Amino acid sequence: MTKKIGNVWVFIEQEGGRIADVSLELVCKGRELAARLGVKTEALLLGDRLGDCVDTLYAYGCDTVFLAEDKRLEPFTVLPFAKIIMGLIKEHKPNILMFGATYKGRELAPRVASEKLAGLTADCTDLRIDDFDDKVNKKMYTGKLMQIRPAFGGNIIATIVNTWDDPQMVTVREGVMKMDAPDASRAGRLVRVNVELDECDTVIKVIDRVRQDKSVNLGAAQIIVSGGYGVGSKDNFKLIYDLAETLGAEVGASRAAVDAGWINHDHQVGQTGVTVRPKLYIACGISGSVQHCAGMDDSKKIIAVNTDPEAPIFSIAHYGIVGDLNVVIPKMIAAFKAKA
Amino acid sequence: MSYTVLVFVKQVPDTQNITGEAMKPDGTVNRAALPAIFNPEDLNALELALQLKDRFGAKVIVGTMGPPAAAEVLRASLYRGADECILLTDRAFAGADTLATSYALSCCAKKYGKFDLVLCGRQAIDGDTAQVGPQLAEKLGLPQLAYVEEVLELGGGKIRIKRTIEGGYEVLEAPLPVLMTVIEGNHPRPMNAFRIMKYKRARTKSELARDHADANYTDAEFLAEEVENLAGRNLLIHEWSAGEVNAAPDRIGLAGSPTKVKTIQSVVLTGGEAKSVEPTDAGIGGLIHELIEDHTLG
Repeated sequence: MTKKIGNVWVFIEQEGGRIADVSLELVCKGRELAARLGVKTEALLLGDRLGDCVDTLYAYGCDTVFLAEDKRLEPFTVLPFAKIIMGLIKEHKPNILMFGATYKGRELAPRVASEKLAGLTADCTDLRIDDFDDKVNKKMYTGKLMQIRPAFGGNIIATIVNTWDDPQMVTVREGVMKMDAPDASRAGRLVRVNVELDECDTVIKVIDRVRQDKSVNLGAAQIIVSGGYGVGSKDNFKLIYDLAETLGAEVGASRAAVDAGWINHDHQVGQTGVTVRPKLYIACGISGSVQHCAGMDDSKKIIAVNTDPEAPIFSIAHYGIVGDLNVVIPKMIAAFKAKA
Repeated sequence: MSYTVLVFVKQVPDTQNITGEAMKPDGTVNRAALPAIFNPEDLNALELALQLKDRFGAKVIVGTMGPPAAAEVLRASLYRGADECILLTDRAFAGADTLATSYALSCCAKKYGKFDLVLCGRQAIDGDTAQVGPQLAEKLGLPQLAYVEEVLELGGGKIRIKRTIEGGYEVLEAPLPVLMTVIEGNHPRPMNAFRIMKYKRARTKSELARDHADANYTDAEFLAEEVENLAGRNLLIHEWSAGEVNAAPDRIGLAGSPTKVKTIQSVVLTGGEAKSVEPTDAGIGGLIHELIEDHTLG
């Protein structure tokens, strides 16, 4: 008798009833993995008054939505979320459980994995189903989740397999998986989850909460103009903004520019920022560390502007301009204004 | 009252400054070629602990799991203001993933005894997983406060902190004991010259044995006396093995790690041959023209 395989689960992150893009991206990836395994794609939706989200999840391809609603689940705190998810895992035994590698996901997933004694791989950039021949322990695993992630500051790519009991748990960054178009004709099954919490689950009190939606949506941008350490100063970032405005682009940045305090983290492209794939990416004064390139090398066209002809960014660029960005950018602005 | 604060830190290869020699021809990382450093965000955790010591009175105990050489980050902690250090070291810990690591650290914390706060950096630069903090909280049965920027209040058995969330911040309150993961932002204090003078002699018992092996003093009784002597001067770095912290053999190291590495590839950046564009009006004008023509721009 073969062991029954559990379903593919996605933790759905929402803020004020708006589902995070990364969760919908994971639902789409989940459908692909579930089809390969011949199982269902199921969503875990926790919060308060979230009825409106359910149809959206069906439209993106969830066969089942587990819905836990309770005012103690809003705003998000880690302990009650972990408890409810743990209860659902014990009851339904999913095969795979995916979280967005967001602030919430990276705080919640390890808490759950620790209690379940499950393997958890952070920040996967690709997921596939394959067999694993563990030669060290002489054991063959079939139909396992290949968890592919950069490691060592992005200098190596590791394929990791969870060899203990399911679920196989992963977190995935926003923008890494592709989102498919929703189909409103899809339907699914709603399972209401009984919310039972003890006093010890709600010991963390939210005293104050201030947030605003991201000031920039790099994931959706068609054109991105990014500045790096070579921009030289916060004031000089105006050049990057000017070019972006001229081209109708969003502004991105390398980690070095963000760390220098010239621009806020919402703009950061790369392994510890956002992954983007626009049709045009203009890298100005960015040397092209592995960490940065990991977040933008799928761009359709890449223009690199750098004074150093040996800068690694030129090895992935389609067009290389060896020159000072203070000279090159004004020329680009003038040329575009003249032609367009 | 004085608080007891445990800080867990890690010695990591400096992945930010990787050079060609750091990769072996077979695509694996040559750790020996990378300088070992104090994980940067763990310095932020230590700084926060030292601030609590300054503001509220606290004993700061720094622990790390690693090879004998990891004692270096413990001495660096003493130079900055830590009161006591623990090196958790044993070949049986090797190959641990985050689950096995958090279990080992939980055994270390339990062996230490009573504490009010456990602090970790958010993540280490060699793995960037940010998993060990929350997993350690779960293993110790503690509530967790992640991405802490600063402590606002501490008293009456409670702590109030400010922490980062997506697109903003939160003020959270939790009862003690609690585990916090700390993000970059506070400015870790430099090492103190007087403390360096005092604590550069701080040793683990293995280091002491090695020092004396060189001088041909290998007598066990003599060593025990020396250990005693160092401890008396507050210069002994505790060194605990898996057995000494009562860690179950099947929960640590490779055996205790559910995740296995199937393959490793080094990253080779590839792309087409970059088309060279002259930084002149003509060169740039031509490029813009080409991009408008193929509908990339405009």
